Amino acid sequence: MSTSRDWPLFEVFIRARGGLDHKHVGSVHAVDARMAMEHARDLYTRRQEGVSIWVVRSSEIIASDPSDADAFFEPARDKVYRHPTFYDIPDEVKTL
Amino acid sequence: MSAQFQADAHFRYVLRLADANLVLAQRLGELIGHAPALEEDLALGNVALDLLGQARLLLTHAGALEGQDRDEDMLAFLREQREFLNATLVEQPNGDFAHVIVRQFLFDAWQLEIYTRLGASADPQLAAIAAKGVKEARYHLRFSSGWVVRLGDGTGESRARAQQALEALWPHTVELFDADDIDRAMLAQGVGVDLGAVQAAWNRHIDTTLAEATLTRPADRPWRWYGKRGQHGEHLGRLLAEMQYMQRTYPGAAW
Repeated sequence: MSTSRDWPLFEVFIRARGGLDHKHVGSVHAVDARMAMEHARDLYTRRQEGVSIWVVRSSEIIASDPSDADAFFEPARDKVYRHPTFYDIPDEVKTL
Repeated sequence: MSAQFQADAHFRYVLRLADANLVLAQRLGELIGHAPALEEDLALGNVALDLLGQARLLLTHAGALEGQDRDEDMLAFLREQREFLNATLVEQPNGDFAHVIVRQFLFDAWQLEIYTRLGASADPQLAAIAAKGVKEARYHLRFSSGWVVRLGDGTGESRARAQQALEALWPHTVELFDADDIDRAMLAQGVGVDLGAVQAAWNRHIDTTLAEATLTRPADRPWRWYGKRGQHGEHLGRLLAEMQYMQRTYPGAAW
């Protein structure tokens, strides 16, 4: 018998409120986009977690390779000058 | 018609709606842990909880209409089989997944059209319950009709099973639209809905989805079981035995 393990995986993104961005919340198995949307609704919005849902086939996501981590992310580590921490903030600015 | 008949008809009218929800919720509850996929387990469980929530509101309202101090629990757990007024469609056993889905689809389309019209009921409490339930019913129909199309327009086996379920369950839809004295009295009072109009709208849902699913609408056949008058088949008794076991074994038990 075919089970959900044989079904394609979809990643689920939920917008919690208007004005916020969609956040990745998890994934569901489904045979098509419509079912993926319904499963996402049933699993991830049953406690009023959101007002909008995106689903996308996991296979459509291009992810960075963990073995590239050194080349990708290490070079940024010693470049503190990229952070805007070397400015004098005027006293009048309260909420920067 | 006497005032006593009118009051009793109102009580029974609401009880029919309540029992349909309660019994179908119990049937769907039997599937928890047994659906073909984890996601479907949760989807069916969500539908069951929606229906149970509606059943509680309707039972409470029915108890108030009856005026005999019976609350939702007494009505749910301490009535005999012949006192249950749900259509026989909802008490049919789960069978395979096609049966579960087709039963749900036939019911959801009916309930959506009932609730849509009950929103304008002269009974304000019933109208409020329907206005809340119609949003849930719309989602349930989306879910079940999506699966009908997937099964019907799926593999040879899924199509055969869906058609088989449709043939088996079809006769139980007769009573959904067959207005009796209670339906007519409630329609005349503006409390109930016009089942002829409900049937026309239901037919559109059914025909559209069956066409997309490449399934064949079964021929109408005469039918003699009227669950809404307390005439049930062999299946409801076992369902009630399980559902009512706790209250009957330990009367008044609560937590």
